[in-house]
Amino acid sequence: MRKEETPPRSEAGRPGASRIPVISLRGITKRFPGITANQSVDLDILPGDVHSLLGENGAGKTTLMNVLMGIYRPDAGTVAIDGQEVRIRSPRDAIAHGLGMVHQHFRLVANLTVAENVALGMQPSVTAFNARAAARLVEDLGRRYGLDVDPAAYVWQLSVGEQQRVEIVKALSRHARALILDEPTSVLTPQESQALFVTLRRMLEAGHSVIFISHKLDEVLEVSDRISVMRHGRMIGTIDTAQTNQHELARMMIGRDLPPVEFERSPDFGRPLLDVEGLSVPGDRGVLAVRNVSFSVRAGECLGFAGVAGNGQEELADALYGLRRPTAGRIRVGGADLTGAPPRRFIDAGVSYVPADRSGVGSVGALSVAQNLILKSFRDRRFGASLFLDARAVADHARALIEEYAIQAGGPEDQIRTLSGGNLQKAILGREMSFSPDVLVVVSPTRGLDVGATSFVRRTLHAHKVRGAAIVLISEDLEELFDLSDRLAVLFRGEVMGTFPARDADVRRLGLMMAGVRQERLPHDAAVDQ
Amino acid sequence: MSLLDLAGPILQAAIRAGTPLLIAAVGEVFAERAGVLNLGVEGMMLVGALAGFLSSFFIPDLTAALIAAMVFGGLAAAIHAYLTVTLRSEQVVSGLAITLLGVGLTSFFGRAVIGQVARGIEIYRVPVLSEIPFLGRVFFQQDALVYVSYLLIPAAWAVLYKTHLGLNIRAVGENPEAADALGVNVAATKYGCVIAGGALAGLAGAYLSLAYTTMWVDQMTAGRGWIALALVVFSGWNPLMVAAGAYLFGGMEALQLRMQAVGTGLSVHFLTMTPYLVTILFLVNASQRRRKSRPPASLGVPYFREERKG
Amino acid sequence: MLLYVVPLLSIALALLVGGAVIAAAGANPLRAYSQMILGALGSLHSVAEVLVKSTPLMLAGLGVMLAFRVGFWNIGAEGQLYMGAFGATLVVLQGWSLPGIGFLPTMVVAAVVAGGCWALIPALLKVRLNTNEILTTLLLNYVAILFVEYFLFGPWKDPLTLNFPMTKLFPHDAQLPRFGDTRLHWGFVLAIMLAAGFYLLERTRWGFAITVTGENPRAAAYAGIDVLRTLVIAVVISGGLAGLAGMVEVAGIQLRLVTGISPPNAPYGYTAIIVAWLARRRPLGVILVSILLGVLYVGGEVLQIETKLPTAIVLVVQAMILLFILGGQVLTRYRVALVREESRSVAA
Repeated sequence: MRKEETPPRSEAGRPGASRIPVISLRGITKRFPGITANQSVDLDILPGDVHSLLGENGAGKTTLMNVLMGIYRPDAGTVAIDGQEVRIRSPRDAIAHGLGMVHQHFRLVANLTVAENVALGMQPSVTAFNARAAARLVEDLGRRYGLDVDPAAYVWQLSVGEQQRVEIVKALSRHARALILDEPTSVLTPQESQALFVTLRRMLEAGHSVIFISHKLDEVLEVSDRISVMRHGRMIGTIDTAQTNQHELARMMIGRDLPPVEFERSPDFGRPLLDVEGLSVPGDRGVLAVRNVSFSVRAGECLGFAGVAGNGQEELADALYGLRRPTAGRIRVGGADLTGAPPRRFIDAGVSYVPADRSGVGSVGALSVAQNLILKSFRDRRFGASLFLDARAVADHARALIEEYAIQAGGPEDQIRTLSGGNLQKAILGREMSFSPDVLVVVSPTRGLDVGATSFVRRTLHAHKVRGAAIVLISEDLEELFDLSDRLAVLFRGEVMGTFPARDADVRRLGLMMAGVRQERLPHDAAVDQ
Repeated sequence: MSLLDLAGPILQAAIRAGTPLLIAAVGEVFAERAGVLNLGVEGMMLVGALAGFLSSFFIPDLTAALIAAMVFGGLAAAIHAYLTVTLRSEQVVSGLAITLLGVGLTSFFGRAVIGQVARGIEIYRVPVLSEIPFLGRVFFQQDALVYVSYLLIPAAWAVLYKTHLGLNIRAVGENPEAADALGVNVAATKYGCVIAGGALAGLAGAYLSLAYTTMWVDQMTAGRGWIALALVVFSGWNPLMVAAGAYLFGGMEALQLRMQAVGTGLSVHFLTMTPYLVTILFLVNASQRRRKSRPPASLGVPYFREERKG
Repeated sequence: MLLYVVPLLSIALALLVGGAVIAAAGANPLRAYSQMILGALGSLHSVAEVLVKSTPLMLAGLGVMLAFRVGFWNIGAEGQLYMGAFGATLVVLQGWSLPGIGFLPTMVVAAVVAGGCWALIPALLKVRLNTNEILTTLLLNYVAILFVEYFLFGPWKDPLTLNFPMTKLFPHDAQLPRFGDTRLHWGFVLAIMLAAGFYLLERTRWGFAITVTGENPRAAAYAGIDVLRTLVIAVVISGGLAGLAGMVEVAGIQLRLVTGISPPNAPYGYTAIIVAWLARRRPLGVILVSILLGVLYVGGEVLQIETKLPTAIVLVVQAMILLFILGGQVLTRYRVALVREESRSVAA
């Protein structure tokens, strides 16, 4: 608790405090309808530092940086660059002041080339676009900082890691002296993360400052010089990395110790409930997103799929629920062949699906919580014996689930889009679990959730595993996969690189497989350096 | 030789019939490339047609009449831009309202001039080029606006693909967040493209009332605005393909009118129907090519910088 | 509260712009408006006339609203209306030996089927071939009108009417009964009943499936709803309702098929889009907006007779109402955000 009472400015005397901050935020307040995302936040970034901004999902880190980048207008507060107070009204102003940001959701134009993305907005618009000059710029910066990308490639052809490099090149091409990276490692393999850290070191040598946004304690301790911790929209404190540890940071971040997560693994499973054989599934651009994937999941077992985003995970999940038609292969649920069947039949066969896109697929924002909770069971006779829906039965059903899953909502009649991310996920989970599913397909179930909601979701999933459900867990969060899965499989470009028991998992081997090395080709000495 | 003699006038007429579609569709390509669907093309064409027609009586210079048509077309588009870009209203409904307003206003004010004949834009034979056998007649014995439309095609293409402005426009229509983050003025880009599109629609309308015919007829666009919108989809949002589609359509219309004039025994009503039916076929064809020619990703979606995602 | 302020203010502003247009044409707007109001609401007869105009607007407006709800931009009510009129007329002219009492129900069915089939084309093109429905529904309007005109100028032309493109008068059994000596007919009652039926629809499972499909088709597919089927059926019914609007016009007002059964200067099928949009999701709204626009129609006709101002003023005012409402929705949206913030801070 000591650090919480220490305002950052009273830390004079520590080395570096004499330097003039590159960026200095004072009293930044930003409100959105219904929520105060930043409450008088102060922050100083010193030149040449890697400064981590640590906090749970929803703590207000990204909002603060969006204010700095001119994307959000603050309701109060000031920004100073090199000690001079400035007004940043738009991203253009922020760029002019030497700021650059790599957003968590990349801001790239998929249908333009890398060079075009970098050149965008650079020149007065009446001038001719010089593709060759833009390509040269990309290559030069790539060489200098170790950011290898093909300037002529279209962005949609690139892997997520390559797209991130384009984003960094974009910022560097605008001479960003301070670069903000928002959760940069969440989309990378462990090895790619190490490569990113190398790039960061080169940037520091070249005199840049870096703001590193993360909610992961270990990597924050690994990369940064100083750490600022945010919680519930407020700045809790700033400390030198050398003077702190995981335990202290966790307490600052969530106000208490991290909840221990240790799920027991049961050694024996029941009969196979989901059998997949040679499955191939087309993606949105017509090419196969899933290629010849086979696996089987038994009652009480959780099979985790690891992989970098965009390697066929969502297409696989959709296919396991009938939302995407496979071009080859078989899907059997409890022995019944459901290949090519519509979602209705998967639902009837006892398959539940918690999709990655909670607001775009998993719920209907304009409808009420109660209506969303009967989204899949509205034909059920308990909600009315005739043509008409029984409004009272629908409301009772909603109230029961709201209570059981501790969903914080104004009431069953509130639009579901007014719920916070964690409560929306609880509602979806509650609906899916109310079927007591035999097979459960879950994609990124805790992405963007705070610690409390995350642990609730994981406990619920585990409980249903123990009950005897077969779970397919697709996630980019390795920790989550280790915690919940009994077996792990790795997807790369739609193919399974290997499957192994979760207790044998090793981050480095996993990382290599996520980068496309097949299990059988892994070096026996797994301790390969990057 | 006799086949060429027959084809010559029809192809010449095809260019004339295709020109208003071409001009209007190129304008709409810009609006849609910037992410704004403007279903007001039909209305803006009518406004331009009447504005051009009326001003040709007051101002002796036909260029000025054409400028008036562009100004009024642009004004109508500015309403759409304000509603959809600044106020972020539903683009489909706003565009429809612009069309209804255009139909209503021109019908109201056009009543007085029905039956009058304007001094039209005259045919100008391009020296030398018009003497080329066959092709000279088809392409270079036309009015000045046709020649302007010839220049419009490569110009629009070059702006879109070879300048920073075009890069900005395409980025704004695909991913306004990305463009905004790099300092591109999203709203100004959208406004500019929508208003330019309206001005071109106005010019296309004036072509109908000052060159294609020299009269004002109530609702004289007869759905050409909608056909232009369909051409944009058919073209895959590419000005060069717009030109190809427009002349194809012009050819069909010329042929159909010729058949009506000659009298083939086919019902006039069914002949008149063909352009609309063929447009539908074009749309179906375009939707089958979706993998190659997708609409701009943010088409129809309003952009608000401070929107919170997730 | 603001929910009503915006539409009322929009109407007032639209009338203001309409007044400016009238003034620009050299007439006195105040006088013109009072003539319109008096002409539309001055007598029982004129009020009946207002309801006569509102009837096709209600029917087609309900249809367009249903399509909007399922997420389909049906801009083709005009064509569906003409096809409905065509279907109804076909029943009369084919001279099938129907018992007298069978005429009207058969005409209703024929109109619904004809309008529905016409809407089925763009619906199938959308779900099977992914073709944008906005343009196809709209282009089919032109086709439908030309199709009907072909029959009116050709096979169906009544030789006794010299060269006017119209069919012969419908027999008495094929005419919708009227109220008293007004032109108000049973189609109006039918429209009100169908609007009431919409309230029931909302409470059914099928209504729920439509709402989910319209609000978020991806979530609907995820929920196991057959999105394509739900959409196609809703759109066909939408077209059927517009077709019904055509039927009541020929069987209740014109008593024969003629060109321009929908006023060319402010076509019912397009006004129906305005009706559906202004009514938002409320069937009662469809009734009220239709009646309001009915006043505008009758007023416009009176104005033309008395002052020679073109009836196109009706369309101008309609379009302006739509534009102002669109702009005014920003206010409503802003207000919603404020209210939400207040309720949160109370809860906190």
